[in-house]
Amino acid sequence: MREAISRFVRDGDTVVIEGFTHLICFAAGHEIIRQGRRDLTLARLTPDLIYDQMIAAGCARKLVFSWAGNPGVGSLHAFRRAVEGQAAPPLEIEEYSHFGMVARFSAGAARLPFWPLKDYMGTDLPAANERIRSVACPYTGERLATVPALNPDVTIVHAQRADAEGNTQIWGLVGVQQEAAFASAHVIVVVEELVDETVIRSDPNRTLIPGMIVDAVVVEPWGAHPSYAQGYYDRDNDFYVAWEGISRDARRLERYLEEYIRGLPDRAAYMTKQPGLATRLKAQARYSGGVNYGF
Amino acid sequence: MAAVAARELADGEVVFVGIGLPNLACNLARRTHAPRLVLIYESGAVGAVPERLPVSIGDPALVTGSLMVCGMAAVFQLMLQNGRIEVGFLGGAQVDRYGNINTTVIGSYDRPAVRLPGSGGAAEIAIHAQRTLIVSKLNPRAFPERVDFITSPGQRPNGRRRRDLGMPGAGPVKVITDKAILEADEESGEMTLAALYPGVEPGDVQAGVGWPLARRARLRDLAPPTETELRLLREVLDPGKLYLKG
Repeated sequence: MREAISRFVRDGDTVVIEGFTHLICFAAGHEIIRQGRRDLTLARLTPDLIYDQMIAAGCARKLVFSWAGNPGVGSLHAFRRAVEGQAAPPLEIEEYSHFGMVARFSAGAARLPFWPLKDYMGTDLPAANERIRSVACPYTGERLATVPALNPDVTIVHAQRADAEGNTQIWGLVGVQQEAAFASAHVIVVVEELVDETVIRSDPNRTLIPGMIVDAVVVEPWGAHPSYAQGYYDRDNDFYVAWEGISRDARRLERYLEEYIRGLPDRAAYMTKQPGLATRLKAQARYSGGVNYGF
Repeated sequence: MAAVAARELADGEVVFVGIGLPNLACNLARRTHAPRLVLIYESGAVGAVPERLPVSIGDPALVTGSLMVCGMAAVFQLMLQNGRIEVGFLGGAQVDRYGNINTTVIGSYDRPAVRLPGSGGAAEIAIHAQRTLIVSKLNPRAFPERVDFITSPGQRPNGRRRRDLGMPGAGPVKVITDKAILEADEESGEMTLAALYPGVEPGDVQAGVGWPLARRARLRDLAPPTETELRLLREVLDPGKLYLKG
Protein backbone atom coordinates (compact mmCIF):
# COMPACT_ATOMS: atom_id res chain seq x y z
CA MET A 1 0.00 0.00 0.00
CA ARG A 2 2.76 2.38 1.00
CA GLU A 3 4.50 1.94 -2.34
CA ALA A 4 1.33 2.17 -4.45
CA ILE A 5 0.20 5.44 -2.80
CA SER A 6 3.69 6.88 -2.91
CA ARG A 7 4.04 6.11 -6.64
CA PHE A 8 0.59 7.04 -7.93
CA VAL A 9 -0.86 9.74 -5.64
CA ARG A 10 0.79 13.15 -5.96
CA ASP A 11 0.04 16.47 -4.26
CA GLY A 12 -2.60 18.35 -6.28
CA ASP A 13 -4.03 15.20 -7.93
CA THR A 14 -7.69 14.44 -8.49
CA VAL A 15 -8.21 11.28 -6.46
CA VAL A 16 -11.24 8.98 -6.48
CA ILE A 17 -11.74 6.29 -3.83
CA GLU A 18 -15.08 4.87 -5.01
CA GLY A 19 -17.52 2.33 -3.60
CA PHE A 20 -21.16 3.06 -2.74
CA THR A 21 -21.34 2.16 0.96
CA HIS A 22 -19.75 -1.16 -0.08
CA LEU A 23 -15.98 -1.63 -0.65
CA ILE A 24 -14.79 1.85 0.32
CA CYS A 25 -11.02 1.59 0.64
CA PHE A 26 -10.35 3.20 4.02
CA ALA A 27 -6.89 1.61 4.09
CA ALA A 28 -5.85 3.67 1.04
CA GLY A 29 -7.31 6.88 2.48
CA HIS A 30 -5.44 6.29 5.71
CA GLU A 31 -2.16 5.75 3.84
CA ILE A 32 -2.71 9.02 1.91
CA ILE A 33 -3.17 10.77 5.29
CA ARG A 34 -0.01 9.11 6.67
CA GLN A 35 2.00 10.24 3.66
CA GLY A 36 0.69 13.79 4.17
CA ARG A 37 -0.64 14.46 0.65
CA ARG A 38 -1.90 18.01 0.13
CA ASP A 39 -4.15 20.01 -2.22
CA LEU A 40 -6.01 16.97 -3.48
CA THR A 41 -9.29 17.24 -5.34
CA LEU A 42 -11.31 14.44 -3.77
CA ALA A 43 -14.20 13.13 -5.85
CA ARG A 44 -16.81 10.49 -5.11
CA LEU A 45 -20.61 10.33 -4.91
CA THR A 46 -20.76 10.04 -1.13
CA PRO A 47 -17.68 11.46 0.63
CA ASP A 48 -18.51 9.17 3.57
CA LEU A 49 -16.28 9.00 6.65
CA ILE A 50 -13.15 8.44 4.58
CA TYR A 51 -13.20 11.89 2.93
CA ASP A 52 -14.33 13.45 6.23
CA GLN A 53 -11.12 12.03 7.73
CA MET A 54 -9.02 13.22 4.77
CA ILE A 55 -10.58 16.70 4.94
CA ALA A 56 -9.85 16.85 8.67
CA ALA A 57 -6.28 15.70 8.03
CA GLY A 58 -5.71 18.59 5.62
CA CYS A 59 -5.33 16.50 2.44
CA ALA A 60 -8.11 18.19 0.45
CA ARG A 61 -8.34 21.48 -1.42
CA LYS A 62 -11.59 20.64 -3.16
CA LEU A 63 -14.46 18.16 -2.87
CA VAL A 64 -16.58 16.94 -5.81
CA PHE A 65 -19.65 15.05 -4.61
CA SER A 66 -23.40 14.41 -4.66
CA TRP A 67 -24.34 13.42 -1.08
CA ALA A 68 -22.21 14.46 1.87
CA GLY A 69 -23.72 12.83 4.94
CA ASN A 70 -22.95 10.02 7.36
CA PRO A 71 -25.20 7.32 5.84
CA GLY A 72 -27.96 6.28 8.23
CA VAL A 73 -26.56 8.54 10.97
CA GLY A 74 -26.40 12.26 10.11
CA SER A 75 -23.64 14.73 9.31
CA LEU A 76 -20.00 14.67 8.28
CA HIS A 77 -18.75 17.25 10.73
CA ALA A 78 -15.26 17.93 9.35
CA PHE A 79 -16.89 18.59 5.97
CA ARG A 80 -19.51 20.82 7.58
CA ARG A 81 -16.94 22.84 9.53
CA ALA A 82 -14.98 23.41 6.33
CA VAL A 83 -18.03 24.46 4.29
CA GLU A 84 -19.76 26.44 7.03
CA GLY A 85 -16.63 28.57 7.42
CA GLN A 86 -15.56 27.27 10.84
CA ALA A 87 -12.32 25.70 9.67
CA ALA A 88 -9.43 27.26 7.81
CA PRO A 89 -8.62 27.04 4.99
CA PRO A 90 -12.12 26.65 3.52
CA LEU A 91 -12.90 23.74 1.26
CA GLU A 92 -13.90 24.40 -2.34
CA ILE A 93 -16.91 22.33 -3.41
CA GLU A 94 -18.38 21.21 -6.74
CA GLU A 95 -21.77 19.62 -6.24
CA TYR A 96 -23.98 17.37 -8.39
CA SER A 97 -26.71 14.80 -7.80
CA HIS A 98 -25.94 11.06 -7.89
CA PHE A 99 -27.11 10.76 -11.50
CA GLY A 100 -24.88 13.70 -12.40
CA MET A 101 -21.80 12.11 -10.80
CA VAL A 102 -22.55 8.73 -12.40
CA ALA A 103 -22.89 10.50 -15.76
CA ARG A 104 -19.57 12.32 -15.22
CA PHE A 105 -17.78 9.00 -14.67
CA SER A 106 -19.60 7.45 -17.65
CA ALA A 107 -18.39 10.28 -19.91
CA GLY A 108 -14.89 10.01 -18.51
CA ALA A 109 -14.81 6.25 -19.03
CA ALA A 110 -16.06 6.54 -22.62
CA ARG A 111 -13.63 9.42 -23.28
CA LEU A 112 -16.48 11.74 -24.22
CA PRO A 113 -16.30 15.42 -23.19
CA PHE A 114 -19.73 15.40 -21.52
CA TRP A 115 -22.80 13.26 -20.86
CA PRO A 116 -26.42 14.27 -21.57
CA LEU A 117 -29.14 13.47 -19.07
CA LYS A 118 -32.75 14.39 -18.38
CA ASP A 119 -32.19 16.05 -15.05
CA TYR A 120 -31.94 19.29 -13.07
CA MET A 121 -34.98 21.09 -14.55
CA GLY A 122 -36.70 22.98 -11.75
CA THR A 123 -33.78 22.53 -9.32
CA ASP A 124 -31.38 25.19 -8.02
CA LEU A 125 -28.35 22.94 -8.61
CA PRO A 126 -27.31 24.49 -11.98
CA ALA A 127 -27.38 27.93 -10.29
CA ALA A 128 -24.99 26.58 -7.64
CA ASN A 129 -22.68 24.83 -10.11
CA GLU A 130 -22.00 26.47 -13.47
CA ARG A 131 -20.56 23.22 -14.82
CA ILE A 132 -24.08 21.79 -14.98
CA ARG A 133 -25.19 23.07 -18.38
CA SER A 134 -27.54 22.06 -21.19
CA VAL A 135 -27.51 21.28 -24.89
CA ALA A 136 -30.18 21.07 -27.59
CA CYS A 137 -30.60 17.56 -28.97
CA PRO A 138 -29.49 17.67 -32.65
CA TYR A 139 -32.32 15.27 -33.59
CA THR A 140 -35.35 16.47 -31.63
CA GLY A 141 -34.33 19.90 -30.37
CA GLU A 142 -35.11 18.79 -26.81
CA ARG A 143 -33.14 20.58 -24.08
CA LEU A 144 -30.94 18.13 -22.19
CA ALA A 145 -28.82 18.75 -19.12
CA THR A 146 -25.11 18.04 -19.48
CA VAL A 147 -22.31 17.34 -17.05
CA PRO A 148 -18.60 17.35 -17.93
CA ALA A 149 -16.47 14.20 -18.01
CA LEU A 150 -14.60 13.37 -14.84
CA ASN A 151 -11.14 11.92 -15.54
CA PRO A 152 -9.28 11.41 -12.26
CA ASP A 153 -5.51 11.17 -12.01
CA VAL A 154 -5.94 8.08 -9.88
CA THR A 155 -8.87 5.87 -8.90
CA ILE A 156 -8.62 3.42 -6.01
CA VAL A 157 -11.02 0.48 -6.03
CA HIS A 158 -11.40 -2.02 -3.22
CA ALA A 159 -12.53 -5.50 -4.33
CA GLN A 160 -13.05 -8.99 -3.03
CA ARG A 161 -10.37 -10.55 -5.23
CA ALA A 162 -7.97 -10.10 -8.11
CA ASP A 163 -5.12 -11.99 -9.72
CA ALA A 164 -1.55 -10.68 -9.84
CA GLU A 165 -2.24 -8.89 -13.14
CA GLY A 166 -5.12 -6.95 -11.61
CA ASN A 167 -8.05 -8.78 -13.18
CA THR A 168 -10.54 -7.81 -10.53
CA GLN A 169 -13.78 -9.42 -9.43
CA ILE A 170 -16.48 -7.70 -7.43
CA TRP A 171 -19.89 -8.95 -6.29
CA GLY A 172 -22.60 -7.31 -4.27
CA LEU A 173 -23.13 -3.60 -4.85
CA VAL A 174 -20.87 -2.45 -7.69
CA GLY A 175 -21.64 1.29 -7.61
CA VAL A 176 -19.66 3.19 -10.25
CA GLN A 177 -16.32 1.46 -9.69
CA GLN A 178 -16.05 0.18 -13.27
CA GLU A 179 -16.74 3.61 -14.80
CA ALA A 180 -14.45 5.38 -12.32
CA ALA A 181 -11.60 2.97 -13.07
CA PHE A 182 -11.93 3.29 -16.86
CA ALA A 183 -12.15 7.10 -16.54
CA SER A 184 -8.89 7.32 -14.62
CA ALA A 185 -5.28 7.82 -15.75
CA HIS A 186 -4.10 5.38 -13.07
CA VAL A 187 -5.90 2.59 -11.22
CA ILE A 188 -4.95 1.02 -7.90
CA VAL A 189 -6.86 -2.13 -6.96
CA VAL A 190 -6.90 -3.19 -3.31
CA VAL A 191 -8.18 -6.70 -2.59
CA GLU A 192 -9.21 -8.92 0.26
CA GLU A 193 -7.62 -11.90 -1.49
CA LEU A 194 -5.09 -12.44 -4.24
CA VAL A 195 -6.17 -15.42 -6.34
CA ASP A 196 -4.73 -17.42 -9.16
CA GLU A 197 -5.62 -16.45 -12.73
CA THR A 198 -7.52 -19.76 -13.07
CA VAL A 199 -9.97 -18.61 -10.38
CA ILE A 200 -10.71 -15.46 -12.38
CA ARG A 201 -11.03 -17.46 -15.61
CA SER A 202 -13.48 -19.88 -13.97
CA ASP A 203 -16.03 -17.07 -13.55
CA PRO A 204 -15.28 -14.30 -16.08
CA ASN A 205 -18.70 -12.58 -15.83
CA ARG A 206 -17.75 -11.45 -12.35
CA THR A 207 -14.70 -9.51 -13.56
CA LEU A 208 -15.46 -5.80 -13.40
CA ILE A 209 -12.01 -4.39 -14.04
CA PRO A 210 -9.55 -6.03 -16.45
CA GLY A 211 -5.86 -6.11 -15.58
CA MET A 212 -4.98 -4.06 -18.67
CA ILE A 213 -6.11 -0.82 -16.96
CA VAL A 214 -4.64 -1.60 -13.53
CA ASP A 215 -1.34 -0.05 -12.40
CA ALA A 216 -1.01 -1.63 -8.97
CA VAL A 217 -2.57 -4.49 -7.00
CA VAL A 218 -2.43 -4.25 -3.21
CA VAL A 219 -3.46 -7.16 -1.00
CA GLU A 220 -5.00 -5.69 2.14
CA PRO A 221 -7.45 -7.87 4.08
CA TRP A 222 -10.02 -5.80 6.03
CA GLY A 223 -8.90 -2.77 4.00
CA ALA A 224 -12.46 -1.50 3.63
CA HIS A 225 -13.37 -1.40 7.34
CA PRO A 226 -15.60 0.34 8.61
CA SER A 227 -17.14 -0.09 5.14
CA TYR A 228 -17.71 -3.71 4.18
CA ALA A 229 -16.89 -6.46 1.69
CA GLN A 230 -19.84 -8.70 0.79
CA GLY A 231 -19.09 -12.29 1.77
CA TYR A 232 -16.07 -11.21 3.86
CA TYR A 233 -17.24 -8.82 6.58
CA ASP A 234 -20.24 -6.69 7.50
CA ARG A 235 -20.40 -2.91 7.65
CA ASP A 236 -19.34 -1.61 11.07
CA ASN A 237 -22.50 0.38 11.73
CA ASP A 238 -21.40 0.98 15.34
CA PHE A 239 -18.37 2.88 14.08
CA TYR A 240 -20.48 4.98 11.71
CA VAL A 241 -22.65 5.91 14.71
CA ALA A 242 -19.55 6.61 16.84
CA TRP A 243 -18.17 8.91 14.12
CA GLU A 244 -20.94 11.40 14.94
CA GLY A 245 -19.40 11.99 18.37
CA ILE A 246 -15.77 11.77 17.20
CA SER A 247 -16.16 14.16 14.27
CA ARG A 248 -18.38 16.69 16.06
CA ASP A 249 -15.43 17.77 18.20
CA ALA A 250 -12.42 18.88 16.11
CA ARG A 251 -9.95 18.03 18.90
CA ARG A 252 -11.40 14.57 19.43
CA LEU A 253 -11.24 13.98 15.68
CA GLU A 254 -7.58 15.04 15.66
CA ARG A 255 -6.89 12.55 18.46
CA TYR A 256 -8.58 9.84 16.36
CA LEU A 257 -6.35 10.67 13.36
CA GLU A 258 -3.26 10.45 15.58
CA GLU A 259 -4.23 7.25 17.35
CA TYR A 260 -5.74 5.18 14.53
CA ILE A 261 -4.08 6.55 11.39
CA ARG A 262 -0.86 8.58 11.77
CA GLY A 263 0.25 6.63 14.82
CA LEU A 264 -0.04 3.26 13.09
CA PRO A 265 2.18 1.89 10.31
CA ASP A 266 -0.46 0.05 8.28
CA ARG A 267 -3.81 -1.75 8.14
CA ALA A 268 -2.48 -4.85 9.87
CA ALA A 269 -1.62 -2.71 12.90
CA TYR A 270 -5.08 -1.09 12.71
CA MET A 271 -6.68 -4.54 12.95
CA THR A 272 -4.36 -5.69 15.74
CA LYS A 273 -5.29 -2.56 17.70
CA GLN A 274 -8.99 -3.56 17.51
CA PRO A 275 -8.95 -7.27 18.40
CA GLY A 276 -12.73 -7.75 18.59
CA LEU A 277 -13.49 -6.43 15.12
CA ALA A 278 -12.88 -9.50 13.00
CA THR A 279 -15.06 -11.77 15.16
CA ARG A 280 -17.86 -9.23 15.40
CA LEU A 281 -18.09 -8.46 11.68
CA LYS A 282 -17.10 -11.65 9.86
CA ALA A 283 -19.69 -12.55 7.19
CA GLN A 284 -21.80 -15.69 7.31
CA ALA A 285 -21.72 -18.05 4.33
CA ARG A 286 -24.39 -17.56 1.63
CA TYR A 287 -22.91 -19.12 -1.51
CA SER A 288 -24.39 -18.64 -5.01
CA GLY A 289 -25.38 -21.62 -7.11
CA GLY A 290 -22.80 -21.36 -9.86
CA VAL A 291 -23.48 -21.71 -13.60
CA ASN A 292 -22.30 -23.84 -16.49
CA TYR A 293 -19.79 -21.94 -18.66
CA GLY A 294 -19.35 -24.94 -20.98
CA PHE A 295 -20.01 -25.05 -24.72
CA MET B 1 -46.53 7.54 9.88
CA ALA B 2 -44.91 4.32 8.67
CA ALA B 3 -48.28 2.54 8.58
CA VAL B 4 -49.99 5.46 6.83
CA ALA B 5 -47.19 5.61 4.24
CA ALA B 6 -47.31 1.84 3.70
CA ARG B 7 -51.00 2.00 2.78
CA GLU B 8 -50.17 4.37 -0.08
CA LEU B 9 -48.37 1.55 -1.90
CA ALA B 10 -50.23 -0.86 -4.17
CA ASP B 11 -49.23 -4.49 -4.62
CA GLY B 12 -46.89 -5.04 -7.57
CA GLU B 13 -45.69 -1.44 -7.77
CA VAL B 14 -42.05 -0.59 -8.36
CA VAL B 15 -40.80 1.64 -5.55
CA PHE B 16 -37.57 3.58 -5.24
CA VAL B 17 -36.84 3.28 -1.53
CA GLY B 18 -35.04 5.76 0.67
CA ILE B 19 -33.53 4.93 4.02
CA GLY B 20 -35.30 5.55 7.32
CA LEU B 21 -39.07 5.76 7.53
CA PRO B 22 -39.72 5.10 3.79
CA ASN B 23 -37.74 1.90 4.13
CA LEU B 24 -39.90 0.83 7.09
CA ALA B 25 -43.08 1.71 5.19
CA CYS B 26 -42.06 -0.28 2.10
CA ASN B 27 -41.07 -3.34 4.09
CA LEU B 28 -44.29 -3.12 6.11
CA ALA B 29 -46.34 -2.96 2.89
CA ARG B 30 -44.42 -5.94 1.51
CA ARG B 31 -45.32 -7.99 4.62
CA THR B 32 -48.98 -6.98 4.63
CA HIS B 33 -51.08 -5.98 1.62
CA ALA B 34 -48.34 -5.73 -1.06
CA PRO B 35 -46.23 -8.91 -1.11
CA ARG B 36 -45.23 -8.33 -4.74
CA LEU B 37 -43.95 -4.80 -4.20
CA VAL B 38 -40.60 -4.40 -6.00
CA LEU B 39 -38.12 -2.51 -3.84
CA ILE B 40 -35.32 -0.74 -5.72
CA TYR B 41 -32.55 0.98 -3.80
CA GLU B 42 -30.32 3.57 -5.49
CA SER B 43 -27.32 1.47 -4.47
CA GLY B 44 -28.33 -1.04 -7.17
CA ALA B 45 -30.37 -3.69 -5.34
CA VAL B 46 -33.54 -4.55 -7.27
CA GLY B 47 -36.30 -6.64 -5.72
CA ALA B 48 -34.57 -6.52 -2.35
CA VAL B 49 -35.95 -8.62 0.54
CA PRO B 50 -33.81 -7.42 3.47
CA GLU B 51 -33.75 -9.90 6.36
CA ARG B 52 -32.75 -7.12 8.77
CA LEU B 53 -33.59 -3.43 8.86
CA PRO B 54 -31.02 -1.81 6.55
CA VAL B 55 -29.09 0.87 8.41
CA SER B 56 -27.85 2.45 5.20
CA ILE B 57 -29.07 2.49 1.63
CA GLY B 58 -26.10 0.30 0.69
CA ASP B 59 -26.57 -2.34 3.39
CA PRO B 60 -25.26 -5.82 2.45
CA ALA B 61 -28.62 -7.33 3.49
CA LEU B 62 -30.20 -5.63 0.45
CA VAL B 63 -28.07 -7.76 -1.87
CA THR B 64 -28.63 -11.16 -0.26
CA GLY B 65 -31.64 -12.78 -1.96
CA SER B 66 -32.46 -9.83 -4.25
CA LEU B 67 -33.67 -10.29 -7.85
CA MET B 68 -30.88 -8.26 -9.43
CA VAL B 69 -27.89 -6.18 -8.49
CA CYS B 70 -26.92 -3.56 -11.03
CA GLY B 71 -24.45 -0.73 -11.25
CA MET B 72 -25.55 2.79 -10.46
CA ALA B 73 -25.41 3.87 -14.12
CA ALA B 74 -28.08 1.22 -14.75
CA VAL B 75 -30.12 2.38 -11.74
CA PHE B 76 -30.34 5.94 -13.01
CA GLN B 77 -30.42 5.36 -16.77
CA LEU B 78 -32.21 2.02 -17.21
CA MET B 79 -34.58 2.21 -14.26
CA LEU B 80 -35.23 5.85 -13.40
CA GLN B 81 -34.70 7.79 -16.66
CA ASN B 82 -36.33 4.90 -18.53
CA GLY B 83 -39.52 5.58 -16.57
CA ARG B 84 -39.66 2.25 -14.70
CA ILE B 85 -40.06 3.71 -11.22
CA GLU B 86 -43.70 4.09 -10.23
CA VAL B 87 -43.29 5.52 -6.73
CA GLY B 88 -40.42 7.49 -5.21
CA PHE B 89 -40.16 8.35 -1.52
CA LEU B 90 -38.57 11.64 -0.52
CA GLY B 91 -37.96 13.51 2.70
CA GLY B 92 -36.00 16.58 3.63
CA ALA B 93 -35.12 19.34 6.05
CA GLN B 94 -37.56 21.73 4.33
CA VAL B 95 -40.73 21.08 2.32
CA ASP B 96 -42.64 24.08 0.97
CA ARG B 97 -46.13 25.04 -0.16
CA TYR B 98 -45.62 23.43 -3.59
CA GLY B 99 -43.77 20.36 -2.40
CA ASN B 100 -40.32 21.64 -3.37
CA ILE B 101 -37.75 19.98 -1.11
CA ASN B 102 -34.49 21.32 0.28
CA THR B 103 -31.77 18.91 1.40
CA THR B 104 -28.87 21.18 0.43
CA VAL B 105 -28.43 24.26 2.66
CA ILE B 106 -30.20 26.34 5.29
CA GLY B 107 -29.37 29.95 4.46
CA SER B 108 -27.49 30.94 1.31
CA TYR B 109 -25.58 28.44 -0.80
CA ASP B 110 -22.25 30.28 -0.60
CA ARG B 111 -22.46 31.03 3.15
CA PRO B 112 -24.72 28.35 4.59
CA ALA B 113 -25.94 28.54 8.18
CA VAL B 114 -26.32 24.76 8.04
CA ARG B 115 -24.83 22.61 5.32
CA LEU B 116 -27.08 19.59 4.63
CA PRO B 117 -25.95 16.48 2.72
CA GLY B 118 -27.24 17.54 -0.72
CA SER B 119 -29.27 15.77 -3.38
CA GLY B 120 -28.01 12.23 -3.58
CA GLY B 121 -30.51 10.72 -5.99
CA ALA B 122 -33.39 12.89 -4.76
CA ALA B 123 -33.38 15.50 -7.56
CA GLU B 124 -33.77 12.91 -10.31
CA ILE B 125 -36.28 10.83 -8.32
CA ALA B 126 -38.42 13.99 -7.94
CA ILE B 127 -38.18 14.54 -11.70
CA HIS B 128 -38.66 10.99 -13.02
CA ALA B 129 -40.69 8.83 -10.61
CA GLN B 130 -44.26 8.52 -11.88
CA ARG B 131 -45.37 9.91 -8.53
CA THR B 132 -43.53 10.80 -5.34
CA LEU B 133 -44.58 10.64 -1.71
CA ILE B 134 -42.97 13.05 0.73
CA VAL B 135 -42.61 11.90 4.33
CA SER B 136 -41.87 14.50 6.99
CA LYS B 137 -42.97 15.43 10.53
CA LEU B 138 -44.96 18.66 10.84
CA ASN B 139 -43.06 21.65 12.20
CA PRO B 140 -43.23 25.24 10.89
CA ARG B 141 -39.45 25.34 10.38
CA ALA B 142 -39.61 22.17 8.29
CA PHE B 143 -42.58 23.48 6.29
CA PRO B 144 -41.73 27.05 5.24
CA GLU B 145 -43.71 28.92 2.59
CA ARG B 146 -40.64 28.72 0.36
CA VAL B 147 -37.55 26.52 0.71
CA ASP B 148 -34.10 28.13 0.90
CA PHE B 149 -32.84 25.96 -1.98
CA ILE B 150 -34.74 23.69 -4.38
CA THR B 151 -32.91 20.36 -4.36
CA SER B 152 -35.91 18.31 -5.54
CA PRO B 153 -38.56 20.11 -7.56
CA GLY B 154 -42.20 19.96 -6.46
CA GLN B 155 -45.34 21.07 -8.30
CA ARG B 156 -44.32 24.67 -9.10
CA PRO B 157 -40.54 25.10 -8.89
CA ASN B 158 -39.92 28.85 -9.05
CA GLY B 159 -43.53 29.29 -10.15
CA ARG B 160 -43.28 27.09 -13.24
CA ARG B 161 -45.34 24.03 -14.12
CA ARG B 162 -43.60 20.64 -14.29
CA ARG B 163 -44.91 19.90 -17.78
CA ASP B 164 -43.49 23.16 -19.12
CA LEU B 165 -40.11 22.27 -17.66
CA GLY B 166 -40.15 18.84 -19.34
CA MET B 167 -40.40 16.72 -16.19
CA PRO B 168 -41.73 13.21 -16.93
CA GLY B 169 -43.13 12.38 -13.47
CA ALA B 170 -46.20 13.76 -11.72
CA GLY B 171 -44.09 14.96 -8.77
CA PRO B 172 -45.14 14.99 -5.12
CA VAL B 173 -48.79 13.96 -5.00
CA LYS B 174 -48.91 13.58 -1.22
CA VAL B 175 -47.06 14.70 1.87
CA ILE B 176 -47.41 12.18 4.67
CA THR B 177 -46.88 13.81 8.06
CA ASP B 178 -47.31 12.70 11.67
CA LYS B 179 -50.72 14.42 11.91
CA ALA B 180 -52.24 14.50 8.45
CA ILE B 181 -51.87 13.88 4.74
CA LEU B 182 -51.52 16.87 2.44
CA GLU B 183 -52.28 16.42 -1.24
CA ALA B 184 -51.20 18.44 -4.26
CA ASP B 185 -54.16 20.42 -5.56
CA GLU B 186 -54.68 19.62 -9.24
CA GLU B 187 -55.24 23.28 -10.17
CA SER B 188 -52.93 25.32 -7.96
CA GLY B 189 -50.26 22.70 -7.23
CA GLU B 190 -50.46 23.69 -3.55
CA MET B 191 -50.09 21.11 -0.80
CA THR B 192 -53.60 20.98 0.64
CA LEU B 193 -54.98 19.38 3.80
CA ALA B 194 -56.77 16.18 2.74
CA ALA B 195 -56.87 13.67 5.61
CA LEU B 196 -56.43 13.71 9.39
CA TYR B 197 -55.07 11.22 11.93
CA PRO B 198 -57.51 10.23 14.69
CA GLY B 199 -58.01 13.05 17.19
CA VAL B 200 -56.22 15.70 15.12
CA GLU B 201 -57.95 19.02 14.31
CA PRO B 202 -57.20 21.09 11.19
CA GLY B 203 -55.77 23.80 13.46
CA ASP B 204 -53.12 21.36 14.75
CA VAL B 205 -51.95 20.84 11.18
CA GLN B 206 -51.96 24.56 10.36
CA ALA B 207 -49.76 25.15 13.43
CA GLY B 208 -47.07 22.96 11.86
CA VAL B 209 -47.09 24.68 8.47
CA GLY B 210 -45.64 28.08 7.57
CA TRP B 211 -48.27 29.15 5.04
CA PRO B 212 -52.07 29.52 5.09
CA LEU B 213 -53.04 25.92 4.47
CA ALA B 214 -55.84 25.28 2.00
CA ARG B 215 -58.09 22.31 2.69
CA ARG B 216 -60.17 19.89 0.65
CA ALA B 217 -63.97 20.37 0.78
CA ARG B 218 -64.26 17.04 2.58
CA LEU B 219 -61.48 15.81 4.89
CA ARG B 220 -60.90 12.08 5.18
CA ASP B 221 -60.24 10.31 8.51
CA LEU B 222 -57.17 8.08 8.59
CA ALA B 223 -57.56 4.76 10.38
CA PRO B 224 -55.14 4.13 13.26
CA PRO B 225 -52.51 1.41 12.74
CA THR B 226 -53.87 -2.12 13.11
CA GLU B 227 -52.50 -4.56 15.66
CA THR B 228 -50.77 -6.47 12.86
CA GLU B 229 -49.10 -3.31 11.55
CA LEU B 230 -47.92 -2.34 15.04
CA ARG B 231 -46.63 -5.81 15.81
CA LEU B 232 -44.68 -6.00 12.53
CA LEU B 233 -43.19 -2.55 13.01
CA ARG B 234 -42.25 -3.01 16.67
CA GLU B 235 -41.28 -6.66 16.83
CA VAL B 236 -40.11 -7.60 13.34
CA LEU B 237 -39.04 -4.58 11.32
CA ASP B 238 -37.53 -2.20 13.87
CA PRO B 239 -37.15 -3.99 17.22
CA GLY B 240 -34.13 -1.81 18.07
CA LYS B 241 -36.24 1.35 17.58
CA LEU B 242 -33.76 2.71 15.05
CA TYR B 243 -36.45 4.72 13.27
CA LEU B 244 -39.49 4.26 15.50
CA LYS B 245 -38.54 6.92 17.99
CA GLY B 246 -41.11 8.62 20.18
